[in-house]
Amino acid sequence: MSGTLVLFWAFAGLALASALGCITRRSPVASALWLVVTLFALAALFVLLDAQFIAVLQLLVYAGAIMVLFLFVIMLLNLGHPGPMDVKGPVGVGTAFLLGGVLLFQLWILRQAAPPASIQLPPGSVARLQQEQGLVGAIAQPLFDTYLIPFEITSLLLLAALVGAVVLAKRRL
Amino acid sequence: MLLGPALGVSAALFTLGVFGVLLRRNAIVIFMCVELMLNAVNLTFVALAQRLGVAGQIFVFFVMAVAAAEAAVGLAIILAIFRHRGTVDLQNINLLKG
Repeated sequence: MSGTLVLFWAFAGLALASALGCITRRSPVASALWLVVTLFALAALFVLLDAQFIAVLQLLVYAGAIMVLFLFVIMLLNLGHPGPMDVKGPVGVGTAFLLGGVLLFQLWILRQAAPPASIQLPPGSVARLQQEQGLVGAIAQPLFDTYLIPFEITSLLLLAALVGAVVLAKRRL
Repeated sequence: MLLGPALGVSAALFTLGVFGVLLRRNAIVIFMCVELMLNAVNLTFVALAQRLGVAGQIFVFFVMAVAAAEAAVGLAIILAIFRHRGTVDLQNINLLKG
């Protein structure tokens, strides 16, 4: 096993274990902190998959901004202590295991489906592109060229979210 | 290459997120599980970007923007619900139940 593969499985195991912690801890604060560990492990996986810029974004935006927002709301609502009973009843648990099992089965089959060889790039071509244009340049060039209109629409989305959050969180207008 | 293992890990993470959404009652924990699912999909995009070009990584960028907007609006909704009902337990929020 190569060093990359060992690192990959180490961080994948960390991500899965902490995701399990996130969905099983009763205290919302503990759940949020386990989710932060998952996000860090996923950032490490992104680095191993030649997406260093996305890994940095993951740390800054997800672990930095979004999780702070979550923890802030948990503290604001004073939900730090675990509730009496947070898990659904036996019918809910049965439904969850049935649906989750079916989903996992379907995804597990899909895992073996590789993209057809005719549209695949030669191995290492993304890493080579990043070496030629720089880590940020390789993403920024198509982002502001081919994907310029979606990028601009994102700004509208963020504006709408900003206005919506202010309107919803205000006590009275 | 890491494509197969990455897709497997992504499938397992997504299923864990679905489990969390289906099992828990706390609205904030359910919301965090949705973030977990979004991250599992991001892992798929990044894994496939290694084979199919950097467009996958750009898509992750957009997913992150949508996740940030969703977190802001969703948490504001949870805040409004808490102010109105005094709880974020979804069992008590059954206004539309017949």
